[in-house]
Amino acid sequence: MEFGALLHPMTAEIGNFALILAFVLAVVQSTVPMLGVRTNNLRLMRLADVTAIGQLLFVLIAFLALTIAFVRSDFSVELVAQHSHSLKPMLYKISGVWANHEGSMLLWVLILSLYGAMVPLFGGALPIRLKTLAISVQGMIGVGFFGFIIFTSNPFARLAEIPLDGNGLNPLLQDPGLAFHPPFLYLGYVGFSMAFSFSVAALLDGKVDALWARWLRPWVLVSWSFLTIGITMGSIWAYYELGWGGWWFWDPVENVSLLPWLAGTALLHSTLVVERRYALAHWTVLLGILTFSLSLIGTFLVRSGVITSVHAFANDPERGVYILALLLLASGSALTLYALRSSQLRVGNGFEVCSREAGLAINNILLVCATAVVFLGTFYPLLIDITSDDKISVGPPFFDLYVGYIMGALVIFMGVAPMLKWRHDSFNNIRKPLIILIITSFSLACIVAIFGKSILGGIGLMLALWLFVGTWITFGRKVRFGQLTLDENWRMAKALPAGVYGFLAAHLGMSVTVVGITCMGVWADEKILMMQLGDTTELGGYTIELRDVRNGTGPNYSAETATFTLSKAAKPIGQMRSERRFYPVRVTQTTEAGIHVRPTRNLYVAIGEGEPARGWAVRIYFHPFVNWIWAGALLMALGGFIALGDRRLRLPKPREDEVTI
Amino acid sequence: MKVSLISLVPVLLLVGMVALFALGLGKDPSLLPSVMVERPMPDFVLEPVLDNMEVFAPADLLGQISLVNVFGSWCAACLLEHPTLMRLAREQRIAIYGVNWRDSAENGANWLKQHGNPYLKVGLDEHSKMIIDLGVTGAPETYITDAQGRIRFKQVGPITEAVWHQTILPVVLTLEAET
Repeated sequence: MEFGALLHPMTAEIGNFALILAFVLAVVQSTVPMLGVRTNNLRLMRLADVTAIGQLLFVLIAFLALTIAFVRSDFSVELVAQHSHSLKPMLYKISGVWANHEGSMLLWVLILSLYGAMVPLFGGALPIRLKTLAISVQGMIGVGFFGFIIFTSNPFARLAEIPLDGNGLNPLLQDPGLAFHPPFLYLGYVGFSMAFSFSVAALLDGKVDALWARWLRPWVLVSWSFLTIGITMGSIWAYYELGWGGWWFWDPVENVSLLPWLAGTALLHSTLVVERRYALAHWTVLLGILTFSLSLIGTFLVRSGVITSVHAFANDPERGVYILALLLLASGSALTLYALRSSQLRVGNGFEVCSREAGLAINNILLVCATAVVFLGTFYPLLIDITSDDKISVGPPFFDLYVGYIMGALVIFMGVAPMLKWRHDSFNNIRKPLIILIITSFSLACIVAIFGKSILGGIGLMLALWLFVGTWITFGRKVRFGQLTLDENWRMAKALPAGVYGFLAAHLGMSVTVVGITCMGVWADEKILMMQLGDTTELGGYTIELRDVRNGTGPNYSAETATFTLSKAAKPIGQMRSERRFYPVRVTQTTEAGIHVRPTRNLYVAIGEGEPARGWAVRIYFHPFVNWIWAGALLMALGGFIALGDRRLRLPKPREDEVTI
Repeated sequence: MKVSLISLVPVLLLVGMVALFALGLGKDPSLLPSVMVERPMPDFVLEPVLDNMEVFAPADLLGQISLVNVFGSWCAACLLEHPTLMRLAREQRIAIYGVNWRDSAENGANWLKQHGNPYLKVGLDEHSKMIIDLGVTGAPETYITDAQGRIRFKQVGPITEAVWHQTILPVVLTLEAET
């Protein structure tokens, strides 16, 4: 008999068994090595490495088992029967593994174990006490989440009666963009567990030093970059799949992914200060705990349904209680530890008002303010709901306004602060670049305000240019542009550490994103009208004609497809196709928008209700520079990955210049 | 051990927040409480949307468990629940009445011709007269009334098959057991 066929009937049981073994290993990992640190027993401490790697192997087996069940459409597994369908394309059978609650939690722990196993694999040079404590804490998070899966959301539960076919997948989720959105998001979210574990370990161990920050920074960079990609993919998906023609909706589920991103961005910059100057140490520890706590809150919110959202695909109050208890246990004990121990943290080096450290501290303050604003806006409706009989919602105007202000201030600092030197600098040193910045940005603002007829647009593009020019000036100063010959500039540029290029890409990316956000906010245009076959309409200088509407069928849906032709100044430039899909298995329909993409603008059509006699309801949007929003965000993520290559992040042999608690 | 008060702030904030979440867990945010539940239908007389029907009035709801559904030809989410209503009508599971809201009689009738008519009677409420008395927040919205014509349940949002089976059917079964 073929090996695969032999394996088949028991795949789910093997997965279940592996999951329980991983749980048991996590229990050992979270207790025994900790005991080893207390009793100074090296053999017990070493157990941490083995259990962390073993845990990863067993979760991997469990995850593969579930994947096999989905790929083979094994409908005796309840989860597969509920969320898959034999007619579904292979890609979505695989992504179906994590497109549901149970499977997505399994992916969550897989990534948690993956990061956990990275500590023994790459952290050989870490002091053994710190390493062991961190792996133990990572194990504790593991215990909580394995327990959560096994006791409340077991993905391997079998059905007594095997259905003939599955229940399909939520068609909204049947999309390549979304299929790979959760893995990226989780690689980000869960990656911050590393910051959490090492922050708690530092508090337990009583030491925060440059080595600690040097070890942590790459993992913060990795998590942050993946989270950036994940959020970007989610935004792109919402743009073309939900059919509302926007790129960000301030929906609670979007907001909770933004919260760890904002805090993580702050953490990214504060670890830099600890690493280079041993300052801001206890603030960084606190941020490490907070960032992961915000990831946990995000998980709680999505999984419990306390707040309504377009993304409310799967939620259940019982699971909410469990995650809430986990949050209280994990973050509560970490923050209590912080309260008890942080007063004994020696405040590291101080710094002057005019210095790189001060600039980064302001960056942290602004980012934390932005986090707080988004947090309040997201949870205020819940607070009102509980404390009074009213129901309110906090809408985009609130977020746009306040997050806009804070981000504007942040961008102004981003343009200038990186020019400052560590320790202390003088404003005289940056007077010249500041004058250049003010003149160029202000002239652009005036030109845009006059010709674009929008003051807001002028301010937005001014900020983008300010950041763009400021970032290049910073880079130019590093290669001594203008002081040396071009050849020498080039040689200096080649010798610069990767971190500088990471900075360059990320900050330029931010300026690209600001251009996109400004243009979308100010000059986007839309039109909703009834169109019959052959009708034409104008938008943003383009002519759009409805050419054809026909009915068809896809693999698991029936569809009404409309074809539009697009022309500018009587010259045809392309076709757009919008589709309304009806999924009989789920009795759901979705709209696929037709999007004509160009670097400087998108045209977006979505067809609605209609019939030949009356025509069809058609929505058309003109979106200038919208792609820059995502291009900039991806550039930021790229910057994060580039910075990983920095030699200065390699772990050296342990040094003595430590900040002791 | 010296503990500064400021360092206690994060953990206190967390405890407060968790308490907030815990209180929020029991609440379903999509379930707006209706003051109308347990009260009789407000008085109304609605003109029919389709020619072959008579006026729709509260008296129609007496003597059976009924489902009163608020819809409009302009409402996209109404299409989402339409197949479920059609099935219920086909299977004669429950008496279904419709209120065609903020619509013209012509648009409403066309919509029903195109998508099928699950309703025994459809009344037109072009200027939101009855809707305001009923406290409707948006379409689609659905009310379940008992044999005495009292409102016993309100559903905000479309009745998909899942909503029908998980939320509304239990209510209907309970009411059927009562009578």
